[in-house]
Amino acid sequence: MSKIKFKLNNIAYTIEENPSVRLLDILREQFDFVGVKEGCGEGECGACAVLINGKLVNSCLVPLGNVHNQEIMTIEGLSETKQGQILTESYSKEGAVQCGFCTPGMLMASHALLSENPHPTEEQVKIGLSGNLCRCTGYNMIINAVIRASKDGEGLW
Amino acid sequence: MKDISKSIKKVDSDEKATGKAKYVSDIKMPGMLYAKTLRSEHQKAKIINRTYPVLPDGYYIIDYKDIPGKNFVKIIFEDLPVFVEHQVNYYQEPIALVIGPDKLKILEILEQIIIEYEVLVPKYDYVNSVINYHFKKGDIEKAKKLATKTIKYDYETPYQEQLYIEPQGMIGYFENNQINMIGSIQCPYYVKNALISILDSADDYIRVEQATVGGAFGGKEEFPSLTACQLAVAVDLIKKPIKLIYEREEDMETTTKRHPAKITLEAYIKDDEILGMSSEVGIDAGAYIGLSGVVLSRALIASTGAYTIDNLEVNGDVFLTNTVPNGAFRGFGAPQMLFAVEMFIHHIAKEIDVDPLELRKKYLAKQKDATSTGGMFRDPIIMPEMLDLALKESNYKEKVKQYENDNSYRGIGMSWFLHGCGFTGSGEATHIKALVKLAKDKEDNVTILIAAVDMGQGIKTTMRKIVANILDMPIEKIIYNNPDTNLVPDSGPTVASRTIMIVGGLVARAAKQLKENWLPKENQVVSERYKQPEYIKWDEEKFFGDAYPAYSWGINIIEVEVDKVTYEVTAKEMWNVYDVGKAIDEQIILGQADGGQLQGIGYGYLEVMQAKDGKIQHKNVTDYIIPTTVDTPKMHNYILDNPYPLGPYGAKGAGELTLVGGAPAIALAIENAINKKVTKIPVTPEYIMELINNE
Repeated sequence: MSKIKFKLNNIAYTIEENPSVRLLDILREQFDFVGVKEGCGEGECGACAVLINGKLVNSCLVPLGNVHNQEIMTIEGLSETKQGQILTESYSKEGAVQCGFCTPGMLMASHALLSENPHPTEEQVKIGLSGNLCRCTGYNMIINAVIRASKDGEGLW
Repeated sequence: MKDISKSIKKVDSDEKATGKAKYVSDIKMPGMLYAKTLRSEHQKAKIINRTYPVLPDGYYIIDYKDIPGKNFVKIIFEDLPVFVEHQVNYYQEPIALVIGPDKLKILEILEQIIIEYEVLVPKYDYVNSVINYHFKKGDIEKAKKLATKTIKYDYETPYQEQLYIEPQGMIGYFENNQINMIGSIQCPYYVKNALISILDSADDYIRVEQATVGGAFGGKEEFPSLTACQLAVAVDLIKKPIKLIYEREEDMETTTKRHPAKITLEAYIKDDEILGMSSEVGIDAGAYIGLSGVVLSRALIASTGAYTIDNLEVNGDVFLTNTVPNGAFRGFGAPQMLFAVEMFIHHIAKEIDVDPLELRKKYLAKQKDATSTGGMFRDPIIMPEMLDLALKESNYKEKVKQYENDNSYRGIGMSWFLHGCGFTGSGEATHIKALVKLAKDKEDNVTILIAAVDMGQGIKTTMRKIVANILDMPIEKIIYNNPDTNLVPDSGPTVASRTIMIVGGLVARAAKQLKENWLPKENQVVSERYKQPEYIKWDEEKFFGDAYPAYSWGINIIEVEVDKVTYEVTAKEMWNVYDVGKAIDEQIILGQADGGQLQGIGYGYLEVMQAKDGKIQHKNVTDYIIPTTVDTPKMHNYILDNPYPLGPYGAKGAGELTLVGGAPAIALAIENAINKKVTKIPVTPEYIMELINNE
């Protein structure tokens, strides 16, 4: 057990925990941030994506010890921001949400992409979201949603 | 009246996007236990002894001895056991559940269990037929006699994994003197009926609820009844909440998939006429029959695809092998058969040296033609109009000639297809007898009471839209919660592209009934039950008559590029035209189209799943590749109206239709690019290399 300090959705925490447990489990079990989904458990599907210091990572591959002194943002945190709201709206307007299980991870990836590149081309969106699997939508409406968000959220990223 | 197809905001979009929607794995209950499945280490073996460890307090092992009812999952046949008794028939078959509060301790207990086996010889070949169906149309013997040429091809299709992003999951708990089951399911009443059977209980002892479903595609049609039965046996004894969530590997290795199939088609030709055809089909059921007979039926009935062939003989078998049982997957036997038929029409055209497009047109089914089973296409078929649009938008005619003759390794392919809407045969009338209700409260809110499940296909939005439009009320006044069998009647399973056409049709009728008898500010309940139209006749024994009440139609065209060095295929652009009667929401149908198409072409060129010695080799997302954002082609989708008189606002089925043509379209595009005949999918670089090297 170790003392692990981190900021989670802008709130500072210190917890006593085994540093080798998965960040995904801590987020879901201890903090009830169940918007972070487990799809594959091996870093392939992106359903558990979160931001650590603004960088997109799959939380199923991150041992808790790695986030000591780091800042984590989950979908619950992103949804509270203007950018999160624009993304939610854009996904809805473009019909990009079907079963929804991949959607929180997709939003995290979309936000990470737009933060690096506020005006991505279609090809850049495809590459930016290529780590997130979706089995319902065929992706085209998701890609359109990101492009819409980059326009509707002009200046936010 | 406003056009129903005009899209509205999906009612569940925001709660899903913000992570607020509750899927089964998100649900926590006080004192909840976890379960993990003990599985067979052999493909076929007798269990001669079991040694269970002494369990710590609060831990349990549940197996077949704990089952109060008969040990099988109630579906169609009494064949799939809930827990193995004395003989295992496939690798990883469930033997017992280990249950307790700590997941690590459960794993330790699993390690300590000793199962002793007497290993038997497993079978993987198509030899053990357990179901055979056959039928004829016209005079096939005469066609054979008159023919001057016979063309025969063997086609093969593989496994396909649904790969819903949310793995299988179920929670059982005891409350209000009921066994409660909440899970990621398509068919609440399938689960309920299976639980009544396994517990040998009264109807009101069981309650089944749907949690938000993170994708299903058929994979949560019959499979969840198995895990629900296992949990129900445990909850009935332990009386505590128990959660069973599959990890991805467990899910991919042990749950139902699309049946691999071997299809031989033979055409009897004179001059440029196809006088007749025969179709010989074998599907691999895995170790138990499950739904395989029904899957086979749909495949056989699709033997002539979108075409009318006057003389036909069809024969098909379900084979048992010592592999994981296969089951429902979007398309349900049709994708296998339509791949074969669409390749075959091209292969025939090449052999008799006519333009494949002209051959297609010549045999395209027309209104009033006899179907493969001697039923009738009663409603208008607008394929010619759809074709004009598809050809114009894609520039198919010019491209197909160009790519055939140049060395660009580019190709364009086209598929034509239909999909029978609703259950095959008399299922709706004799088995399901769907019942729907609408309940109005004193504030004039109307609740839709049906057992249909929104698994992403958007029926929470479309069903509410149908009722709101008919009652001319704002959509916010219409309520449609996840089904709970304590509250909703059995409107049937969420399968077979029946939900909008059949259940939505009944909901629309109920809404009209409510409108006519509207009593403001009073509680009211109206109901409607399915009645088969009189003119629909089906003879189950002879496979004769109308196998479906209606058909949806589609055309896929796809352009590809094959890398000259690596033979990797890039899907470039796609043009798709559909007749789904009438879209209840245009954007939702376009979303079904995008998703179905990608799943369909993925089946055709990308998704590789194989079993070796009865063990699934591609059992995680790293090994089993599905299309990602960079694989998806640009898609141009068009929906033409062709209202079906009995569907709500004219709507027919749509969900499966968008998948079934994908594989042949891309396989034909690759054929066009490399000038070799493709007879199996997926068309991988390895297979392309084989075709090119075997000059």
